[in-house]
Amino acid sequence: MVVFEKPKALADVSMHYCPGCTHGIIHRLVAEVIDELGIEGKTIGVAPVGCSVMAYNYFNCDMVEAAHGRAPAVATGLKRADPENHIVFTYQGDGDLASIGMAETVHSATRNENITVIFVNNAIYGMTGGQMAPTSLPGQVTQTSPYGRDVNHCGFPIKVCEMLSELDGPEYLERVAVNNVKNVKKAKMAIKKAFENQINGKGFSLVEVVSSCPTNWGMTPQKALQWVEENMIPYYPLGVYKDRSADKAE
Amino acid sequence: MAKLTFKTDMCKGCGLCVDACPKKLLIIAKDKINQKGHSPAEITDESQCIGCAFCATMCPDCIITVER
Repeated sequence: MVVFEKPKALADVSMHYCPGCTHGIIHRLVAEVIDELGIEGKTIGVAPVGCSVMAYNYFNCDMVEAAHGRAPAVATGLKRADPENHIVFTYQGDGDLASIGMAETVHSATRNENITVIFVNNAIYGMTGGQMAPTSLPGQVTQTSPYGRDVNHCGFPIKVCEMLSELDGPEYLERVAVNNVKNVKKAKMAIKKAFENQINGKGFSLVEVVSSCPTNWGMTPQKALQWVEENMIPYYPLGVYKDRSADKAE
Repeated sequence: MAKLTFKTDMCKGCGLCVDACPKKLLIIAKDKINQKGHSPAEITDESQCIGCAFCATMCPDCIITVER
């Protein structure tokens, strides 16, 4: 009996990500959810700009490449064009969603667009070589903050889930991590719920996945996951930030 | 007994599976080299494997198939 194999919604090609990059795990979780919900034929993904810019090569579903940060806007159009027959998700990094795409993110959330957003937060700009991102931690050393992020000069990191949870619009916001097996399983449940919300017509669901970037953090993959545990998760606490259906049920 | 199959040529040798294995059965085979130029992961003693699939859960490149 096969206990674990590559999901069918994930193409059988080698990904371009660096060794130990957790993008691969998150891709797989999304693909597993697409398989389990049986929505492969009608799912459309929107790829961002960033390390996951070539996500369209890895998912066996229709994919659209959006301009930098504009994935939620593109997804809005796709979903509104044929709301009954399409499941639309975006897959975005922190430089895409929390920086240049902040307006699109906030506005699609406040409109409660019926889309699913997978937000990968690794606290750095990966593709461009490790510059400081809006989500870089205070004191974090990056290419553009060689003495550590100075909050007096650069401001504080943006906590996307906390910020969006203040809006009345969004249906479901959860922050998960992929630093160990337990958290990976929890992350999958969150992603599945985000897709189910869309199928049930509930509205905007965002799952923030706290991820690692071994190359640009300058660590081994193992050390990077440890750094997630010790530094990222205390600053970005995991959990459900908004779940309107559960709130109503209470 | 569980059976692990590795797509060795797609392995990037990151070692996340090695850390995830509760029985500490996986290693990065330093004496080998794959098509990509990495030393791939492999299992030392398959008879000890319990088929928990923790290695496959943590593998970013999805190269491990677990059968039980």
